[in-house]
Amino acid sequence: MKDIREDIAWAKINVDVMKSLENPRKLYWVILFFALMAFGFGVGCEIYQYQTGMGVENVNNPQVWGLYIATFIFWIGMSHSGTLLSAILHLMHADWRKPIYRFAEAMTTFSLMTAGLFVMVHIGRLWQFYYSLPYPNDRGIWPNFQSPLLWDAMAIFTYLSSSVLFLFVGMIPDLAIARDTMAAGWRKKLYTLLALGWEGTDRQWRNFRVTYLTIACFLIPLAVSVHSIVASDFAMSQQPGWHVTSFPPYFVAGALYSGCAAIITLFIILRYVFRFEAYMTKPILKKIVRLTFAIAMVWTYLNAVEFASVWYSHDEVSKDVLIQKMTGTYAPFWWGMIFCGSVVPLVFAFKRFQTNIPVLFAVSLLLNLGMWLERWMIVAPTFSHGYYPWTWDHEQWPSLVAWGLVFASFGWFTLLFMIFCKVFPSVSMYEVKEMVYHRTLHLKKSETAEQGAH
Amino acid sequence: MSVSNLLENWSQVRHEHPVNDKPHDPYKWAMAIDLDACTGCNACSVACYAENNIPVVGKERFQHGQQMHWLRVERYWEEDSREFPDQGFQFLPMMCQQCEAAPCETVCPVAATNHTADGLNSQIYNRCIGSRYCSANCPFKVRYFNWYDYPTDEMVWPAEMTQQMNPDVSVRSKGVMEKCTFCVQRLSAAKVVAKGEGRIVREGEVQTACQQSCPTGAISFGNLVNPESRVHKQWAAQQVVLDADKQAKDEKEEGPGLRGYRILEELRAYPSVMYLERVRESAV
Repeated sequence: MKDIREDIAWAKINVDVMKSLENPRKLYWVILFFALMAFGFGVGCEIYQYQTGMGVENVNNPQVWGLYIATFIFWIGMSHSGTLLSAILHLMHADWRKPIYRFAEAMTTFSLMTAGLFVMVHIGRLWQFYYSLPYPNDRGIWPNFQSPLLWDAMAIFTYLSSSVLFLFVGMIPDLAIARDTMAAGWRKKLYTLLALGWEGTDRQWRNFRVTYLTIACFLIPLAVSVHSIVASDFAMSQQPGWHVTSFPPYFVAGALYSGCAAIITLFIILRYVFRFEAYMTKPILKKIVRLTFAIAMVWTYLNAVEFASVWYSHDEVSKDVLIQKMTGTYAPFWWGMIFCGSVVPLVFAFKRFQTNIPVLFAVSLLLNLGMWLERWMIVAPTFSHGYYPWTWDHEQWPSLVAWGLVFASFGWFTLLFMIFCKVFPSVSMYEVKEMVYHRTLHLKKSETAEQGAH
Repeated sequence: MSVSNLLENWSQVRHEHPVNDKPHDPYKWAMAIDLDACTGCNACSVACYAENNIPVVGKERFQHGQQMHWLRVERYWEEDSREFPDQGFQFLPMMCQQCEAAPCETVCPVAATNHTADGLNSQIYNRCIGSRYCSANCPFKVRYFNWYDYPTDEMVWPAEMTQQMNPDVSVRSKGVMEKCTFCVQRLSAAKVVAKGEGRIVREGEVQTACQQSCPTGAISFGNLVNPESRVHKQWAAQQVVLDADKQAKDEKEEGPGLRGYRILEELRAYPSVMYLERVRESAV
């Protein structure tokens, strides 16, 4: 199995990565086209919904939240693994993350942007959205700081802005390379502007390291808190099935899980589309697969904890909701979630599948399907079977508009992500060089050690 | 927009037990509904529609569960009524319970739903952005959302029908949450009159639309703080205490045979509506 070669020339790294900005495989344009179509469909749905009212989502009383909130959690969750790879593994000096953290970080940023859209799409009066911000106004009204939804808005905004900053700062040395190798044109102007006059002096490198490390340290607690706060949206309420103490860690585990699965999917796509076979190697894929497997098992465990604590509690209403999930209208989806989330990842336990790209691609898509179902199964069943029997409603089904917007969000995300990868180097050149350098050092050391032994 | 303004805003939201937070003086509006008197005729619901300009959404949207009835009359069938099978039917008029510690209030991101000094759970339509978190957290599911723009909908309010709308109540456009207000427009009017005469609103001076239209007088409404009011007397007679999540009378081994109870009391929302259990002939 080929890993990144330690004798790869630094100049070649530059050339290879810069090539990805110019001529991807044809599949790139196919993906872009379908993403654009899906996004366009969603724009149409949203215009219709904006004009007509939220009723077109087929939500009702009591099912006031539907697919939008479920998909919102899904996208927020997906954003977490970018930070895991770029910040947590950075602090742990895991070298294998270096060729892949850039796109993972981009995934974080764009999935957060997608999640943000769902907040907009969900609320009834989009045109009054700014009421939820603590902006200066002559009526002297502040938003309600008791509301988990407000914490949510703030947490997401902070996370998004820090992620963008982190992505940008980490890219500066690469932008300078792009600036220096590009022929004159709009791209050269863009890279010149963004590279902030980077020259690669010792002082610049030192400041860069400190800045990067600082933002990484800032980002880690932020990432954990963001999904804990999203969990609070549910755990802080008093509805059966939501009022669960273990929700914050459960949500964070779920977030890392779906994020890692998405990284596997995107890894495989990028590797092919941008001809990154020499950088995004199978041993790296193997490491992510193992990481995903570990997180999948944590998620499964936390699921079991939640079910057991509901089952053995004296909270009859919560227990009813759980039974409804297993046997009611949502049973196929609930069992689908269990299958995709807890059974399918067992494939990762087999060594021969850990580097089998078609299998991994299919499995990673299934895992993400499972994680999307998980979010839906958190939101919907509680509404259909709440405290008040008179309002039980097991018939409600989301409309085409709702499904269309969910579908379109994947198009929107893919669009942003694919454009990013074409405009900016999606493999970190300077960090791959570092990785290669570390390997050479390591090799030399072992060689010297061997010689000493003889 | 200053810090003092922020603190003043903060002082308006609930911090501890509702009664300590905002003492009800001189008003605390409350209700008592006698289920034994209720015949399930739905007059209260119709009166509520007329009084509060509630849109009639039509058959199709009703089937979608998008109806707007602030006051619904629920029907239950009690299986265990073998001796008197025709008496198995039970009715329960359900509207916003105006909880003292309302679960909907704390979760609203823009503070569009608040507690008033006279113990109402108010909804500010202009402030609402339609996140629907309040409804998600309401255990009774008595909040209704404007899924469509009803005031402009010819099917809901034909042009000639707009003449019969109540001018004291605003119509709600799409994307806002609404719910029973205990006919706050009537309460405000009565309070203005009373204030002009330098007194508080007297018992019987103000009625809610549902109370007014109930042919059997099942609904009584009034000021719980006023010891002369019928509501106060009923609550006291049934030994139901507003700021308790468990009534002392229910703790006793053999109940005192009182009929008063509040729905989902154990959730500690402290509802302002007391129901009087139906008396069954079989039990007499």
